[in-house]
Amino acid sequence: MSIDATDRDIIRALQAGLPLVAEPYAQVAKQMGMSEEKLVDRLEAMKASGVIRRIAAAPNHYKLGMTFNGMTVWDVEDSQITSLGGIVGALPFVTHSYERPRALPVWPYNLFAMVHGTSREEVEEKRSHIANILGEACRANDVLYSSRILKKTGLRLRNKE
Amino acid sequence: MTTLDALDRVLINRLQDDLPITNRPFAQLAEELGLSEEALIERIRHLRETGILTRFGPFFDAAAIGGSFCLCALAAPPDRFDEVANIVNARPEVAHNYERSHHLNMWFVLATETPDEIDRVSDAIELETGLTVYRFPKTQEFFVGFRVTA
Repeated sequence: MSIDATDRDIIRALQAGLPLVAEPYAQVAKQMGMSEEKLVDRLEAMKASGVIRRIAAAPNHYKLGMTFNGMTVWDVEDSQITSLGGIVGALPFVTHSYERPRALPVWPYNLFAMVHGTSREEVEEKRSHIANILGEACRANDVLYSSRILKKTGLRLRNKE
Repeated sequence: MTTLDALDRVLINRLQDDLPITNRPFAQLAEELGLSEEALIERIRHLRETGILTRFGPFFDAAAIGGSFCLCALAAPPDRFDEVANIVNARPEVAHNYERSHHLNMWFVLATETPDEIDRVSDAIELETGLTVYRFPKTQEFFVGFRVTA
């Protein structure tokens, strides 16, 4: 995927978010010295190519009462990771799911599935549900609860000419 | 926990869906929810100011612009936890960082513009903290739902 200097400028202008005004693109375009039409065309192109995933809100799970955030991790048979990962990733309560490399001997897990809940019991229930799906293809699993957000800013592009 | 009314909850759920890139992106949503455009924007602003929404806008994919994401973890000794967190958080490439209940107690995501920066930044954190930075780049991504129900 290639982006040019204009795209970079647009990303930099929008990485902190959209202005909350009736015509946000017009405002950003004006600040950037381009027409709103050009900005919208560029954004549409970046969306079509996957540079922009979506225009949406990111909620703070904790403030929504989803205070239990469990990163469930699983040591799944390599030959079955793709099919089983697909099933786990499609569960409605799994917000993110990835296959990642193990770091033996410290870390035997290759499937990560993020689960949120309003209580530890709720997360544990969801974890059992995943365990049932994985069955014998899973040798071991664990859940890592997050106790604190230490930082949350998202992607930041450096200033670069 | 902040008090939300029913409309806030509908709005939080709805705002996690993709909004069209149009001249007045809030107008259509306002109509859908039976609000004036100004009232909707005011609600979203309130949700932003109270931190219920951490961000509103385009989600950029670092990988799609030639960059990379990498989940990393380290085991910070409890008596050095804050010092290590400060070192990690000081890096602009650290997009988020969570304390987690495990021997590997600090989990952070590096978002960089080029793949080789992942190792460069991880190595620099190792040097500065004296701790091993375990790197867990994604091998494959399964369907990502993203949403959380308010």
